Amino acid sequence: MKIAVASGKGGTGKTMVAANLAFVVSQSCDVTLVDCDVEEPNLHLFFQDAPAVTDVTVPIPVFDLQTCDRCGKCAEFCQYGAITVLPDRILFFPELCHSCGGCMLVCPKGAIHEEPVRIGQVTIVHPSSRLTLITGILDEGKPHATPVIRAAKDMSRDAGIVICDAAPGTACPVVETLEGCDACILVTESTPFGLHDLHLAAEVADHLGVPVGVVINRSDGQDKKTLEFCATHELTVLMTIPFDRGIATVQNRGGLICRQSPEWQGRFAELFARCRELAGEIQ
Amino acid sequence: MIRLAVISGKGGTGKTIVTATLAHLLHKDMMLADCDVDAANLGILLAPKRIHAEPFYGMKAAVIDPDLCTQCGLCFDHCRFHAVEQCDQNYRVSPIRCEGCGVCTFVCPAAAIRMEPRICGEICLSATAVGNLAHGRLQPGSGNSGLLVHAVKKTALQQDKKGDLFLIDGPPGTGCPLISTITGMDAVLVVTEPSVSGLHDLKRVVAVARKYSKRIYVTINQFDLDESITRSIEVWCMNEKIPVLGKIPFDPAVIEAVRSCQPVMCSPKSPAAQAIQALATKIDQELKVL
Repeated sequence: MKIAVASGKGGTGKTMVAANLAFVVSQSCDVTLVDCDVEEPNLHLFFQDAPAVTDVTVPIPVFDLQTCDRCGKCAEFCQYGAITVLPDRILFFPELCHSCGGCMLVCPKGAIHEEPVRIGQVTIVHPSSRLTLITGILDEGKPHATPVIRAAKDMSRDAGIVICDAAPGTACPVVETLEGCDACILVTESTPFGLHDLHLAAEVADHLGVPVGVVINRSDGQDKKTLEFCATHELTVLMTIPFDRGIATVQNRGGLICRQSPEWQGRFAELFARCRELAGEIQ
Repeated sequence: MIRLAVISGKGGTGKTIVTATLAHLLHKDMMLADCDVDAANLGILLAPKRIHAEPFYGMKAAVIDPDLCTQCGLCFDHCRFHAVEQCDQNYRVSPIRCEGCGVCTFVCPAAAIRMEPRICGEICLSATAVGNLAHGRLQPGSGNSGLLVHAVKKTALQQDKKGDLFLIDGPPGTGCPLISTITGMDAVLVVTEPSVSGLHDLKRVVAVARKYSKRIYVTINQFDLDESITRSIEVWCMNEKIPVLGKIPFDPAVIEAVRSCQPVMCSPKSPAAQAIQALATKIDQELKVL
């Protein structure tokens, strides 16, 4: 079973929910946690260990200027404006390239081949016997997050229980994370921002056919509008976490509330059971 | 015109609240843009009145004509984005996965695939009490967020280049939308928070911002929630020669202001409002030097 933890709005507590959930599940089953927020991955801050590192590369074109006759077909074909052909040289902008391979296909002279270039890394740590953490890390300054997310998810392919921590937002990194998941936890907060972005994120999950449940985080009791929204859109509220400076302090310092508190362990175990219901694993 | 983007790295540190409040306190002839196009929230605080809206066309998307398709599978083999799907002997293109490269149209021997324009969202221009606001709305699940950011910035700058300030509420992260946001800006203000995640993400976003922006400033929101991490952030910024222009305390009045969709916490008793006022004064001084 694969569970995604997403949110729309940033900073609602995705990483906190994903880390505690994985910790609790790992008390009784093998679980793999995948950090798909590759632009700003944070889960490794909660499970520090020496990682095994793999580079993530994408192919980019390399131009053989001896063979190239400057016909310009590659530049004409490239939809991303990554190639400009000048009489004496070729300008290539790797940050615009999507690695589609089109330039190589259209070149009538066979003057283009591809070479891998690193855009990020995937790290693996085993913080405990039953817990594996896979982290996708986009190199600073690289624009394309999705190949790194794909690489991180690929490494969890054979794992039984997988929990994916998504980036905020509703764009392609979130789609890449949610695809193939059996359930999605949307973490929200009871403000107009939280509600607005919950609505958008729920649309994405719906579009992808992933069942959604909601966790309301940092609740000060004024959750009426969020609860009404969930009722109208038939979204199950899986858990409500109160606002509490103590919880915030544990989290802010890289700790897990479930490590210290049997009560929270119980509540996260219940959250996991409700995710399994959501995913259709148990009735 | 000075161009300033408010960014954060980590999401949810308070970019939008800081941006909206600064917009009110800076008292400048300004143009605003919300570049967090997949979860745009600045409008919630600024009560925008729509002046103009137009569809946003992202990259074109491939469409396979089933009558012409010979099921040869070449498109399937060549698509690097796994956008071509096979169902019941037929091939179709997932519009969500298609990145518009056109390779499938090139390899198709039956000329059965064409690239079609695709609406991926909306670009809007609205009036607010503090200046015009350009904003976008990406269709949930769509790609092209970096392109939409570019289009939103262009819409803003077409309106007014003579004002004093172009103020942007940026997206979280370090990828495509963030890079598109900070390209060409004179300065960025990074809003961070005292948590291990906040500091970690600050370091990453600063590394990216250094490649694109001339000046980098930091403000620490809810700094009193963990003063020891706040000190770590200040020490790091000092070593990196990044000015910390202000520290904003935790203040329940902020959540109340957001809940009532108020443009700004203007209550003079609110400690957060006072701190942002002090921040605005410092930013004003910095902008004069730029």
